[in-house]
Amino acid sequence: MKRRSLIKAFTLSASIAAMGLSWSIQAAETIKVGILHSLSGTMAISETSLKDMALMTIEQINAKGGVNGKLLEPVVVDPASNWPLFAEKGRQLLTQDKVAVVFGCWTSVSRKSVLPVFEELNGLLFYPVQYEGEEMSPNVFYTGAAPNQQAIPAVEYLMSDDGGAAKRYFLLGTDYVYPRTTNKILRAFLHSKGVADKDIEEVYTPFGHSDYQTIVANIKKFSAGGKTAVISTVNGDSNVPFYKELANQGLKATDVPVVAFSVGEEELRGIDTKPLVGHLAAWNYFESVDNPVNSQFVADWQAYAKAKNLPGADKAVTNDPMEATYVGIHMWAQAVEKAKSTDVDKVREALAGQTFKAPSGYTLTMDKSNHHLHKPVMIGEIQDDGQFNVVWETEQPLRAQPWSPFIPGNDKRPDYAVKGN
Amino acid sequence: MPKALQRLFLGLLLLLPLAVQAADADYFIAAKANEQARLLQDWAAQPDPARLELLSSLQQGRIAPGDTRKLRLNNRLRGLVDNALASHQLLSTDSAVRLAAARQLQKSAQPAQVAFLDRRFAGEADASVHAALALALANLQLVDSDPAVRLAAVRLLGETGDPMARTRLQTLLEPGVESTASVRTAAETSLAQVKRKLLIGELLGQAFSGLSLGSILLLAALGLAITFGLLGVINMAHGEMLMLGAYATYVVQILVQRYAPEAIAFYPLIALPVAFAVSAGVGMLLERTVIRHLYGRPLETLLATWGISLILIQTIRLLFGAQNVEVANPAWLSGGIQVLPNLVLPYSRLVIIAFALFVVVLTWLLLNRTRLGLNVRAVTQNRNMAACCGVPTGRVDMLAFGLGSGIAGLGGVALSQIGNVGPDLGQSYIIDSFLVVVLGGVGQLAGSLWAAFGLGIANKLLEPQIGAVLGKILILALIILFIQKRPQGLFALKGRVID
Repeated sequence: MKRRSLIKAFTLSASIAAMGLSWSIQAAETIKVGILHSLSGTMAISETSLKDMALMTIEQINAKGGVNGKLLEPVVVDPASNWPLFAEKGRQLLTQDKVAVVFGCWTSVSRKSVLPVFEELNGLLFYPVQYEGEEMSPNVFYTGAAPNQQAIPAVEYLMSDDGGAAKRYFLLGTDYVYPRTTNKILRAFLHSKGVADKDIEEVYTPFGHSDYQTIVANIKKFSAGGKTAVISTVNGDSNVPFYKELANQGLKATDVPVVAFSVGEEELRGIDTKPLVGHLAAWNYFESVDNPVNSQFVADWQAYAKAKNLPGADKAVTNDPMEATYVGIHMWAQAVEKAKSTDVDKVREALAGQTFKAPSGYTLTMDKSNHHLHKPVMIGEIQDDGQFNVVWETEQPLRAQPWSPFIPGNDKRPDYAVKGN
Repeated sequence: MPKALQRLFLGLLLLLPLAVQAADADYFIAAKANEQARLLQDWAAQPDPARLELLSSLQQGRIAPGDTRKLRLNNRLRGLVDNALASHQLLSTDSAVRLAAARQLQKSAQPAQVAFLDRRFAGEADASVHAALALALANLQLVDSDPAVRLAAVRLLGETGDPMARTRLQTLLEPGVESTASVRTAAETSLAQVKRKLLIGELLGQAFSGLSLGSILLLAALGLAITFGLLGVINMAHGEMLMLGAYATYVVQILVQRYAPEAIAFYPLIALPVAFAVSAGVGMLLERTVIRHLYGRPLETLLATWGISLILIQTIRLLFGAQNVEVANPAWLSGGIQVLPNLVLPYSRLVIIAFALFVVVLTWLLLNRTRLGLNVRAVTQNRNMAACCGVPTGRVDMLAFGLGSGIAGLGGVALSQIGNVGPDLGQSYIIDSFLVVVLGGVGQLAGSLWAAFGLGIANKLLEPQIGAVLGKILILALIILFIQKRPQGLFALKGRVID
């Protein structure tokens, strides 16, 4: 009895000592990194995997000894798809947790919500998703695509012979800032290519819309007037009923191709893709891209998903925003090593011109002034296994134009980051 | 390779029909996209039966059965493959194959194929294939040099309800395209005819979408018509019962796939009783543990059930992940039936309309023709009196709540076939469900039926005019006005006993 209690006491004290020890190590030797992605609510479907990807990347960097000899310590918060909560949680990360950098946000509205907080507190945010542009904050680095790195090349492809030489365009989107701005840019671009207004139709649906019967019927009617392509900025899981309806009403990709800007491997996991073969998506990365960096990246991710027992781990896929998250974290780590500090102003300076060999198969460069990555553009066709087959890509990475020349007044904007615009 | 040499090469190949297949395939694979396109156009204009196998493999996305080399086609090439294959299939001995091919050619035939189509048209014995080919030819003959041929083509096009015919006729009628007056007049008549036919198709299509949306609203709301309508429980967790039904379908799909793959086509049928049991079980558990303590306290019920809905959502998220899960449509629920050239009725929607009506009939029978139904009605109308007469009110409450939840589970099976299956599935239907029940009149099954179909059709009539976003707002505003005017809903419960 006595011996047992002695052992107990010993273990207890040892473990307390160990805890204290590890605590002191952590307190002294780590750099805190914030992760601000919705883990519940409507956006959880897309953002959960970005959180996991960020954790995996941090784990990998730590396994190689961390940054500047210090380990990274992730601080994960859940803004619950609630836009004002993003600002609150962002403030908490910067003021209470005192993180050196935050990786997060998906929808443009959540980014707009945290932006004033990051500008006020001089924080640093890495935003990993393609978006509508019209923004360039000194406190944000944009690792997703601007419109000229996704939307415009996609439409150029649709106009080419290989893309089907479309003459009419049906712009379909969810009703919020990203689709509306993108379509405004696309309309101006189509005008510049001689497409008349009668050959452009613009339709919006509410968030979470699930009945696409009328819209598909309208697309059919519209397409009888000449070779038509649909440009879809439908966001989130509304895509599933939309594609199901397309297939059921017999609208094939050979008749009317749909090119989507928000549909990736992750979204296709919820759909039987056999009837969708040939529909297109435009991104800067696809899981199917064939190069050694990507093979390693995909294998790492699948192993990580399995090891952490993530839901659906046996079918884990990578996608463009996940790649952008991965690239963003690595670039930030490189910049911190270069600056030998996590101070935001020094890191910002060190980030300009930073390069990274990305899974997309290209060496990506952070632009010297505009806070956006130079990215290659790829058009992929949906395959029957839920993957994309790249049918067209740019010869080299393109420089981002966050201020699209197709929106009047943007020619007067400065080509460097300024607060509060 | 110089053109002449290439032609000679191809010519030689024609002498060796056996070798054609493999050689064509090799040449096709090696060619650049533009050359492949030209090749396919040539093949479409001069079909050769030996190439049939190659083309049907290409359509399947392969080079030949068993050939593992990667084939890269794009949409333009896929379209040309379809067209070339159809051209080849016209040589088939099976008239059904020829008919399908002729229909494809109506959409895709190119001017270079006229000579070939003319020959097949002259030699075609089957009447329906003959007619289909006539139409395919007519499309191309609109630019024929002989006005008589053009006139015949224009007249023929007038008899179809094909949306493409309208565009073709409109192009013909543009100033400076057609000069012969008689052809122009005929084209105008034909155009009017085509437009009339298209209008009929469109109206039927809208009516069908309305019915289909109505049937979905009905399935979503029917369970609530019992839990809220009859029992008076403001059940905010109703949407999650739908979601549980959909997830039950997903689990059944996986289990069937693993243990009885031969029965996979019928998994939705197996899922029906499972979903009913799961949702009903969870419903009864909730009633016993939470809701029955809150009878007569609507605000607390509302908050408690809302909390339950959040718990259920997060539980599913933990078990299955935040991502949507894939529920595949079995073959008999994919695709649709072509009724008119511009009207396709998807099988899944037809089945769901029938299923919704079936569930309504079932519920009605249960409530009006069984002992349980009698008890439920007795308890709803006058709880104390029913208790005095020996009705075990507590048990009836539990069973009725289970029934409502179970029916929601059945709705979940149907919803899984047309939409997303994810933890948030219920959230997108809960508001619509309450709208249907409140509009239809609380306590009335028939009211929910009319309200669901009424809302569905009204929604689909408004959507094309003012768009989906405004349509939804307008419908909501109309319902609010209606409820202001008639708080009891479309159908009020008749009688003296309304508390």
